[in-house]
Amino acid sequence: MSINSVFEIASSAMTAQSKRLNVVASNLANVDSAASSTGGAYKAKQVVFTAVPIGRDKTAIGVRVERVIEDPSPPRLQFDPNHPLADARGFVTFPNVDPVEEMVNMISASRAYQTNAEVMNAAKTMALRTLSLLQS
Amino acid sequence: MLNRISNHFDYRLQVINLRAARQEVLATNIANADTPNYKARDIDFAAQLKRLQSGEGSFSMNQTHAGHLAPRGVSAAGAIAKYRDAVQPSIDGNTVDMNVEMARFTNNAIRYQADLGFMQSQISGLKSAISGQ
Repeated sequence: MSINSVFEIASSAMTAQSKRLNVVASNLANVDSAASSTGGAYKAKQVVFTAVPIGRDKTAIGVRVERVIEDPSPPRLQFDPNHPLADARGFVTFPNVDPVEEMVNMISASRAYQTNAEVMNAAKTMALRTLSLLQS
Repeated sequence: MLNRISNHFDYRLQVINLRAARQEVLATNIANADTPNYKARDIDFAAQLKRLQSGEGSFSMNQTHAGHLAPRGVSAAGAIAKYRDAVQPSIDGNTVDMNVEMARFTNNAIRYQADLGFMQSQISGLKSAISGQ
């Protein structure tokens, strides 16, 4: 039934957007992490969305986070010779996280999440209204 | 006799099914608003309903062999979703326009509810005919 797959579509989008929000939170939290568990500075991460069909229905297409990529842009160098992680020239390598870009990403993700929650609400109203036909 | 009663609801049923199928397509568009290279789709409601009424019925192809490809873009209700012209295509190849999608989604939901209301009045009309005075 079509209305039921609307729920699945909206929920797949909400899952994907919350993963994106998760990645944004990681990036913002690590904006000054000069060292990471993998060695070297933390690298900004971005999600890649892809469309996936839901069930056997050819028109129902949800979203999935296909993979999480590391931002290839160069790291931010800061001159601080007293820092324990400073290199021979006195520069410390900081993550390539761009706070402005991350904030924009965050707003976009939360708006998309809200929109899909709205879609789910509309589908719920439609389904409940359909069920109320039983009472007529 | 029961056959006639079911015929009485047939048209409204087709309309409601088509509305639900369109709702699904529009929800797909909204869900994929940030997916690169996703192309927005929509169901031409008037054309589809005309097709269903004219008895051409669902636009499904029979798969008589395991090697046959499944038809794409045809929903369970037999409606065909076509690609839509983009108002503002973005550089990542996505053609979803959020304003348009939300407007159509809401519009379609309201019309769906209206159709349910008509269905309900058909049912109660039939009931009062059955019960008599």
